[in-house]
Amino acid sequence: MNGAQDLGGMMGFGPVVPEADEPVFHAPWESRVLAVTLAMGALGEWSIDAARFSRESLPPAQYLTSSYYRIWLAGLEKLLLARDLVSAGELENGRPEAPARPTARPKLVAARVATTLAAGSPTARPAPAPARFAVGDRVMTKTINPAGHTRLARYLRHHAGEIVAVHGAHVFADTSAHFRGEDPHWLYTVKFAAGELWGPDADPRDSVTADLWEPYLDAV
Amino acid sequence: MGSHSHDHDHATQGSELDEMTLRVKALESLLVEKGYVEPAALDALIETYQTRVGPRNGARVVAKAWADPAYCRRLRDDATAAIAELGYSGRQGEHMVALENTPDEHNMVVCTLCSCYPWPVLGLPPVWYKSPAYRSRAVIDPRGVLAEFGVTLGKDQAVRVWDSTAEIRYLVIPMRPAGSDGWSEDELARLVTRNSMIGTGLALKPEEVEA
Repeated sequence: MNGAQDLGGMMGFGPVVPEADEPVFHAPWESRVLAVTLAMGALGEWSIDAARFSRESLPPAQYLTSSYYRIWLAGLEKLLLARDLVSAGELENGRPEAPARPTARPKLVAARVATTLAAGSPTARPAPAPARFAVGDRVMTKTINPAGHTRLARYLRHHAGEIVAVHGAHVFADTSAHFRGEDPHWLYTVKFAAGELWGPDADPRDSVTADLWEPYLDAV
Repeated sequence: MGSHSHDHDHATQGSELDEMTLRVKALESLLVEKGYVEPAALDALIETYQTRVGPRNGARVVAKAWADPAYCRRLRDDATAAIAELGYSGRQGEHMVALENTPDEHNMVVCTLCSCYPWPVLGLPPVWYKSPAYRSRAVIDPRGVLAEFGVTLGKDQAVRVWDSTAEIRYLVIPMRPAGSDGWSEDELARLVTRNSMIGTGLALKPEEVEA
């Protein structure tokens, strides 16, 4: 969706200001938000793509004025409600009103944390068909404006680039985010000249590279 | 968010912090009572990213790549497997690619759409990496961003920005600084900063680390 998360090329946010000796967390509640988000994610009730969509579909003004862990908390609350894991009343009062419903995977217990993190969630899948493109091919990104989740950022739409890597088939974020299945597609790294994306003011030496699924691409 | 709202949140609005603490505590205890999460698992998750997984992991990968040409080749061919040799793998590093800086090309990594970052080798991302300022400007004004980070590029160096738009995660291998010949991997690792592995910094020079 053309939401506030799609920031590439926007202006007006000022300089990047790194914090010296930045702590991993700025308050204990941030660490709890991270942990609760990971532990709930381990229940298998949603994909990482669905979690991203839940965050990026927050109202733009809220998204742009919230710290990152606030965005995570708001995104998690939306998913809990959407998946009927908690009710609005429970969220409001903080007390259970009904028993938990069964979940796709069992509760993450401390003894399983290390192995669960080490396993991760690889997204590579068997390819459904031969790859349409090879390294060196020229491609054109599509013009699309889906209301749902997509990883084809606005600044990358309708631009010519070159395939520089082929990564095999991967879970397609656009369907996975909406519980419409993994629908694996070939994933490519596509290189764009900076001038192609930004016009004549860009440095002619520079480029931007992005990882794009085959449905985003047309042959040139 | 950018540092301004960040300072605002944490320095001048202490009462808001308390509100967040209460809100998160309430959600956590609800999910514990419902039986969805185990408090000890939450503690273990936090402890992992607070103490065990961070940029020192990535520094070991870079140091080994500098010191061991065979390892460097394996890193080029299959970064996920080469990084796993050192024991780093899993969540947000399932599909790794190493990007070697050269005198001709400087690599810099961003996630314009969220905060994708190679957790097993760098830990959790710093606030600036997740900020709208970095996410918006890295792709359109990378040289301006690099200048703010104090990075001086070579006269003919191209800048190549990698937007992490899928589940591929990138680790920049900075150029090995002059004057580090014969250093051990442990010594070399001290030259490797977090920012040098994102591409918003360079490796330290030998004279910049204490003997």
